[in-house]
Amino acid sequence: MSDIVLQIDGVEVAAKEGMTVLEAAQKAGIYIPTLCHHEKLEPYGACRLCLVELESRGRSRLVVSCLYPVEKGLVVKTRSEKVDRVRKMILELLLSHAPDAFELQDLAKEYGADKYRFEKEPSFCVHCGLCVRYCAEVKKKEAIGFVNRGTKREISFIPEIASKECWNCKECFPLCPTEALQAAFVLAKALSFPSTEHAPAE
Amino acid sequence: MERINSANELEALRKSILSSRDTNKPCITICSGSACHASGSKEVASRIEEEIANQGLSGTVDVRKTGCHGFCEKGPIIVIHPEKICYFQIKPEDVSEIVTETIIGKKIIERLLYTDPATNEKIVYESEIPFYKNQERLVFGSNGSIDPKNLDDYLAIGGYSALAKALFQMTPGQVVEEVKKSNLRGRGGGGFPAGSKWEGSRNAPGDIKYVIVNADEGDPGAYMDRSLLEGNPHSVLEGLTIGAYAVGSHEGYIYVRQEYPLAVENVTTAIKQAQEYGLLGKNILGSGFDFTVKVHMGAGAFVCGESTALMTALEGRAGEPRPKYIRSNVKGLWNRPSVLNNVETWSNVPLIINNGADWFTKLGTESSKGTKIFSVVGKINNTGLVEVPMGMTLRDIIYKIGGGIPGGKKFKAVQTGGPSGGCLPEELLDLQVGFDELTKAGSMMGSGGMIVLDEDTCMVDVARYFLEFLTDESCGKCVPCREGIRQMLQTLTKITQGKGKEGDIELLEELAETAREAALCALGKSAPNPFLSTLKYFRNEYEAHIKEKRCPALSCKELIAFYIDPKKCQACTTCARKCPSNAIIGGKNLIHMVDQEKCTKCGTCFEVCPPRFSAVKKISGEPVPDPIPEEARIIVRGGKKNE
Ligand SMILES: Cc1cc2nc3c(=O)[nH]c(=O)nc-3n(C[C@H](O)[C@H](O)[C@H](O)COP(=O)(O)O)c2cc1C
Ligand code: SF4
Ligand code: SF4
Ligand code: SF4
Ligand code: FES
Ligand code: FES
Repeated sequence: MSDIVLQIDGVEVAAKEGMTVLEAAQKAGIYIPTLCHHEKLEPYGACRLCLVELESRGRSRLVVSCLYPVEKGLVVKTRSEKVDRVRKMILELLLSHAPDAFELQDLAKEYGADKYRFEKEPSFCVHCGLCVRYCAEVKKKEAIGFVNRGTKREISFIPEIASKECWNCKECFPLCPTEALQAAFVLAKALSFPSTEHAPAE
Repeated sequence: MERINSANELEALRKSILSSRDTNKPCITICSGSACHASGSKEVASRIEEEIANQGLSGTVDVRKTGCHGFCEKGPIIVIHPEKICYFQIKPEDVSEIVTETIIGKKIIERLLYTDPATNEKIVYESEIPFYKNQERLVFGSNGSIDPKNLDDYLAIGGYSALAKALFQMTPGQVVEEVKKSNLRGRGGGGFPAGSKWEGSRNAPGDIKYVIVNADEGDPGAYMDRSLLEGNPHSVLEGLTIGAYAVGSHEGYIYVRQEYPLAVENVTTAIKQAQEYGLLGKNILGSGFDFTVKVHMGAGAFVCGESTALMTALEGRAGEPRPKYIRSNVKGLWNRPSVLNNVETWSNVPLIINNGADWFTKLGTESSKGTKIFSVVGKINNTGLVEVPMGMTLRDIIYKIGGGIPGGKKFKAVQTGGPSGGCLPEELLDLQVGFDELTKAGSMMGSGGMIVLDEDTCMVDVARYFLEFLTDESCGKCVPCREGIRQMLQTLTKITQGKGKEGDIELLEELAETAREAALCALGKSAPNPFLSTLKYFRNEYEAHIKEKRCPALSCKELIAFYIDPKKCQACTTCARKCPSNAIIGGKNLIHMVDQEKCTKCGTCFEVCPPRFSAVKKISGEPVPDPIPEEARIIVRGGKKNE
């Protein structure tokens, strides 16, 4: 496969066809913040934190680096006035739900995001979809999914599956950037499959 | 029915259909579109059939149930051919008179005619009614004359001749070239040139390709796609088949929402008939070209109209937008090249192939060619579907065709482009409608929704309303849309409640930038438009709400009060009797007063106070005057002085 050379933050970076800008940057040791990205999972593009500025033909636009395929001669800026401004706003929007998430705390400092800019509505889940996708794509169990749409969207364990699978797995738990997943599991267990807690793993 | 096996056989069949039809034979067409169904056209139609039979006219008078005529406001609509006499708002009771008087007696029934509100004159013929006269109904016009369930009707008006022409006289490449040359742009959203989209698919690698009709139509108040699919399904199928031939596709899908049962029914029937005739399926018209079409019913979420969400739903998964930097025409449905176009876009194709790109480009503006169907609703006299050449001004659409604003109210703005479109003010009434013209003005064409707003509309509240719709309809996947639009809605809601504060406009602008720049799909990217366009043209209203706690349109409940002017109140007691919350203190010969504590601001008193008194006032941004003292409230009549 032919090498593609592109420019990220003024540095020439070599990448392979089919790579994303994020992968190319990571390989070159250039850091781009991500929340919903995971190397084992299909790209998702939901948090939009990984956005970068592209310049082509004198025009600039924002794209998300975890999805954008590398192209020869691409000029990418991982930080710019606009990227920083939009990223800060996205952080502030997320912080109203999960004000204490560690990953968000550090980024908030970096980008000067005010965690109290929007009214606190601690639902904790930031909808990164890591748990849902991990369970579906890696474990192929689909014990957890999203229900509803828009602002009512939330994660939900499917009791029939979760009661059988989750107890011995819990591999998605460490992926969650907030405490939402643990809490949802405890709640689902209490409500939907309380007895299985004591059941030995057959 | 026997299969048609060549272009010649198609023409022969067309001739035999036409010769079996006597153009002088009376024919009553009745609109059977969804809107007219709702206002009783079904009963009218069966009464007509009964009456024809009862009066011994079976066989001498035809009855044809057609699709929507566009003027739904005045439905059910009857047109009597060959004279083309138009009757409106027909009730079953009118039927026997119509048959006796007009069909047999050749007399016109005055009271069923259209009355021009401008001149108060009665108008007999469709072509003379201002609503129709100023339109250019290329795509939509046949809706009123054919029975959508009868393929022969479509053949009679030249149907499928464009398909025959494409298959036998043109190469696929030439078809793409012709569509490119016509500069046909997508009628469903962004106005992307259809020809380039087709070309991309045609050139994309892969043997399996798809063509798809987007009949999701989620914009509130818009129903042109439904009407076309209901009223003229074969024109959509013909366009789709030509497109399939052009890009090399053998499988097509019609994605139509489940809430459109008549459209589903009619298009399903049309597909079956076309297959029987050999106009769909294997070896179409003996050309060797194979193409099949399936109807897919969508669950009817607004976001499913978005192209990647629609394709995901077609694949049988949850209809959520997919992040993509490779276009669907190269990698779409099941990752194969897929051309997705809107219903109206496909319907334009047979016209272009038959008449040529040069004919098509004669109509329109520099960059927008042909016609566009608009769904004109809101504060306008003639609501309905209108088809006009691109480049007609908003003023002509609203006043000449739409008949202006009811109730002597002043025009305030027109909202175009659906929920994520924008509002254009009076100064822009002379703007020509076209994709780029509307976008440049801060609105958009979208799928052709047009909502007329009058002086009583608060523009901040309009923005709030559309953002509320969009927050509900957002799929909730990406942060800028799910969270950003929600915050915009909260801020706008506070402003309309008089709780706005300095800095809110700037915050809204920042949120708008985030959604526009960073959202995953076009729903989120365009969601700030209602706010941005109202801010651009009506900034003063935002400022009045925030700084003076005043709603200039006297519409936001939290910011208005009802007050009875003591000098004008004649103690007629009407308002006191009608107030649903007993908030009016009054009595015989007593000047009335509104108890502000009890008042729910329903506005009833304002509406019922007799115009000759006009004592009730709506006020905003100013304190309600103190009640006048008890003794001064007594009204003394008849000149008798109580000194
Ligand atoms: C949220 C959203 C809803 C949409 N709804 C529709 C729709 O109902 N009908 C439609 O034809 N296009 C709709 N579109 C536009 C489609 O994504 C797509 O651009 C269009 O169907 C392409 O066909 P056209 O080029 O012929 O317009 C929608 C877009 C978005 C972002
Ligand atoms: S529960 Fe955690 S991992 Fe799952 S979507 Fe929410 S934030 Fe992401
Ligand atoms: S912009 Fe809105 S509708 Fe589109 S993907 Fe994001 S959340 Fe879903
Ligand atoms: S606005 Fe309604 S509630 Fe208030 S006084 Fe008038 S009628 Fe009564
Ligand atoms: S990491 Fe790219 S959008 Fe979340
Ligand atoms: S449905 Fe009858 S005129 Fe539109």
